[in-house]
Amino acid sequence: MELGVWNYWVVIILMMIGLYTVIARENMIKKIMGLNLFQVSVIMLYITMGKVDGGTAPIVVEASHTASPVIYSNPVPHVLMLTAIVVGVAVTAVGLALVVRIRETYGTIEEAEIAEIEGDAA
Amino acid sequence: MTQLVPLQVVIPLLAAPICLLLRDRRYAYVFSLAVVWATFAVSVALLGQVLGSGPLSYAMGGWAPPFGIEYRVDTLNAFVLLIVAGIAAVVLPAGVGPGSRAAQDGREYIFYTAFLLCLAGLLGVTITGDAFNVFVFLEISSLASYVLVSLGDDRRAFVAAFSYLIVGTIGGTFILIGIGLAYQMTGTLNMEDLAARLPLVTDQRTTRVAFAFLTIGIAIKLAVFPLHQWLPNAYSQAPAVVSAFLSATGTKVAYYLLVRFVFTIFGAGFVFGALHLDAILMPLSIAAMFLGSIAAIYQTDLKRLLAYSSIAQVGYMTLGLSMASIDGLTGGIVHLFNHALMKGGLFLVVACVAERLHSTRLVDLRGLGRRMPITTAAFVIGGLGLIGVPGTAGFVSKWYLVLGALERDSILLAFLILLSSLLAVVYLWRIVELAYFQAPDADAAPIREASSSLIPACVLIAATLYFGIFTEWSAGVARSAAIWLMGGPV
Amino acid sequence: MSAEVLILVALGSPCLGALGVALTGRHPNLRESMTLLAALSTFVCVSLLIGQVAGGARPRLELVQLFPSASLAFELEPLGMLYAGVAAGLWIPTSLYAIGYMRGHHEINQTRFFVCFALSIFGALGIAFSANLVTLFLFYEFLTLATYPLVTHAGTEKARNAGRIYLGILISTSVGFLLLAILATGYFTGTFEFRPGGILDGKVSTGLGTLLLGLYAFGIGKAALMPFHRWLPAAMVAPTPVSALLHAVAVVKAGVFSVLKVVVYVFGAEYLASTGISVWLMYVAAATILIASIVALRKDNLKARLAYSTVSQLAYIVLGAALATSAGIVGAAMHIAMHAVGKITLFFCAGAIMVASHKTEVSELNGIGRRMPWTMGAFLVASLSIIGLPPLGGAWSKWFLALGAAEGHQYVLIAVLMISSLLSIGYLMPVVARAFFVAPVEGTSAGESDHGHDPARDTGLKEAPALCVVPLCVTAAGCIALFFLAPKLHSMLLPLATGAVPRVADFAARQLP
Repeated sequence: MELGVWNYWVVIILMMIGLYTVIARENMIKKIMGLNLFQVSVIMLYITMGKVDGGTAPIVVEASHTASPVIYSNPVPHVLMLTAIVVGVAVTAVGLALVVRIRETYGTIEEAEIAEIEGDAA
Repeated sequence: MTQLVPLQVVIPLLAAPICLLLRDRRYAYVFSLAVVWATFAVSVALLGQVLGSGPLSYAMGGWAPPFGIEYRVDTLNAFVLLIVAGIAAVVLPAGVGPGSRAAQDGREYIFYTAFLLCLAGLLGVTITGDAFNVFVFLEISSLASYVLVSLGDDRRAFVAAFSYLIVGTIGGTFILIGIGLAYQMTGTLNMEDLAARLPLVTDQRTTRVAFAFLTIGIAIKLAVFPLHQWLPNAYSQAPAVVSAFLSATGTKVAYYLLVRFVFTIFGAGFVFGALHLDAILMPLSIAAMFLGSIAAIYQTDLKRLLAYSSIAQVGYMTLGLSMASIDGLTGGIVHLFNHALMKGGLFLVVACVAERLHSTRLVDLRGLGRRMPITTAAFVIGGLGLIGVPGTAGFVSKWYLVLGALERDSILLAFLILLSSLLAVVYLWRIVELAYFQAPDADAAPIREASSSLIPACVLIAATLYFGIFTEWSAGVARSAAIWLMGGPV
Repeated sequence: MSAEVLILVALGSPCLGALGVALTGRHPNLRESMTLLAALSTFVCVSLLIGQVAGGARPRLELVQLFPSASLAFELEPLGMLYAGVAAGLWIPTSLYAIGYMRGHHEINQTRFFVCFALSIFGALGIAFSANLVTLFLFYEFLTLATYPLVTHAGTEKARNAGRIYLGILISTSVGFLLLAILATGYFTGTFEFRPGGILDGKVSTGLGTLLLGLYAFGIGKAALMPFHRWLPAAMVAPTPVSALLHAVAVVKAGVFSVLKVVVYVFGAEYLASTGISVWLMYVAAATILIASIVALRKDNLKARLAYSTVSQLAYIVLGAALATSAGIVGAAMHIAMHAVGKITLFFCAGAIMVASHKTEVSELNGIGRRMPWTMGAFLVASLSIIGLPPLGGAWSKWFLALGAAEGHQYVLIAVLMISSLLSIGYLMPVVARAFFVAPVEGTSAGESDHGHDPARDTGLKEAPALCVVPLCVTAAGCIALFFLAPKLHSMLLPLATGAVPRVADFAARQLP
């Protein structure tokens, strides 16, 4: 399978979409979605760099079963990304919890409307 | 005695869920206090060992580095560990304060749990010798601090915490990208290995991009101008105790990371020689020093004022780094310590004020000098430290920074450093005049000094005076760390 | 007692005094005795130390290592002892005077007042004793902050604004210029210590030397060199004892003392004289002398007039320092003492008038000499000393300054000194003349004269309380005493002029009996 640099282009495009969503959207849920997209792109970046041409899944195979030496993909980035996924889920959870509380107290999750409410209160 | 090394992080990390289970307010308080003090004791012991017998290394789970995760303690991070643990040990006794949401809901244990988690994360970032581990601990501390900020007494705290979460996550992810690219170039995550291999590939674009992502990510966490927008909101909406803790530790750990990546991992030669980081960082630092202070002058809320002042103070620290000289770096590192004391103390004073006045707006401070004399006096002394009056800790930092500027043969830079500290006089004196020259409202009820936060505040403020005179220890450690970072003999 | 212990006791007395005053704030009599006790013990210690230093000793006391190249240290030398002696010596009469004044005026917050007063003396002594620039700077800033509550004592809008000017100018100049100069000095020379003969010679270029001198001269804002003099008139909003001791003695003299100390022990007279980098400073000082005198002429408020007179007189000392000749330096140092005793008397008189008859403007003082003969008599004596007429102390310092100008071949400056003397006659003598020779406007409240003038208009003496009048008579007598003490002062101060032109030995042979 030839990946070439296409993977990196995909990563960059996803990253930019995510970042743009975070910056441009007023809706807090959409912001969190953008953030997720952003994080996913980084996960793909790591996985891509771990891929070795012609490598297989890094599961130890008895040497006698194969003719030639086995090429494995690098397992370390995969392991790292397991952690990163956990971190990403935790961030999403805390973020959503905050959105819930914001919705409860303000009755909206649009940043502009919240700013308006605060502006009136001040 | 390398067993102490993991304990530094493990104690608060394991204590946090236990704290969650305790539920009861008093148990959680006493328990977390014991944990924090134990952590502080560990950090003292670690610094003692490092100063006595050189760096310590501990392989997590028995996996030898560079494959396993290594915890490594040297002079620099032992110093930062001590600051973080020490500030936690002084701040936590103040408690969350009655105004916070956690107290209103009767769920103080959430505060203590998040506090311990945040502490564990910050200590982990500092102690670890593994680049990916940095990211993990950074996110632990960040997640905990989002929770801490959201505990503020006002509903705006939620919005502030949410914005902080968005920005903080972007910063953290940038760091993750940077670490990944560095790994791609070197095939290692161990900091020592990185430091050995990165200089071989500095001509590669990937290395430069890795450095760029790392620097920007850390700069967001550090609130380097102009990436500081999250800080005033977060610090002003958080409970004052949380602001005290975060301002004294959060940005400090980020500063440590920057120093670590710039000087020991990528190397000063690459960063300053090839990339000319100083050409960018120095103007930004100077801008932060002036604009942060000027913004502080126009604030109407005490917490926001201090938050903007923090941006200016971060400017001093990054300025010291950008000088890339022993004196400048000493100034930056010792300011890390001194500013932790001053800003921690000042925010605790704000906690005292908030506890009694239920407000931190400047107009409500009228006549405070008579109503809460000790609190006000503590504030003034802490503020004098921010100005850099001799005899306070702030003076020591300015001293080394100006010497660093002179070492660069730049009297102008030295003058700018001193000039910017005069701006602190303006915002501080607004408060002095309000507190001492204006009468309180006629219907203002007589109030007492605050209960739990007064002593911690006074401890930190007194420490700023102590370390303003007896600089041998603080500046001495900072200096030996700076010499080591600049490649001199340990 | 050894000199080290004496230094500690001298510095500790005002500190403990401040503590004692704070603790006994509820009992005014006890509180006031604390102040007096502290003043007395400080004075005794300082006198003993002066004796040792005059004998040639240079006791040194190291406290804490602040930075690798600078410690918190004290080292006594003649100039510092002169200043310390003046501050400590005048603290006793001022304390007595302050007690009378504050009680007579029913001022608020008297405890805070006396606490800050004692702390200010502590700051002044610290400056006087300092062995290096860092210690000097530390106490310099301390003095600024300790005097701020005194300046703003009244707590009014006006006091607050004056406090802003006071703090604004003093802190900005000291942090912006002085600290920079100190650090640059340390950086280029590797030391912050004061050394006879200076430390800068051969270490910096002429251009940098000029820059440093400028930073020092303007950075030491307490010397009130124009254009950084505005804080001094502003500080006159303070109660009169503060104006008297701090703004005629401790604070302003801290400024000129620092300038002189820097010139003698950092630049070195020889260095200044040989490079000529201080010539511009002479002319700035000369301009300050003349302009401030002219402004003083136009002030109707007595304290404001005295304040501008102080600005003018301080510039004499800066002038002497800038001349950097033997007689110039000795004259400048002497002027610290001479002007202090004279000006404090004048301020005491202004305060006594305010307490006794609530008058603050010169134009209101017609005939007041008949009601307050002691006060106005002292005013006359002190005025003559400021003007510089023998047999009063001020005559000597002016004489030496003029001599110094001649030695430096700055003949224009001699003319400036002469003109300024005339101007000081112009702004001081009308006060005396009005008091004694102009008939009071309102006949009903006019006081009696004990000189036997028209008895029909005299209704009685109305002096201020004895606690106010006695101190001002004492300091007036001091003006006369200083005239006869001058040779002693001169011989104590001579070591300062080491290295200055002309050589001290032949100079000393020529001058003074």
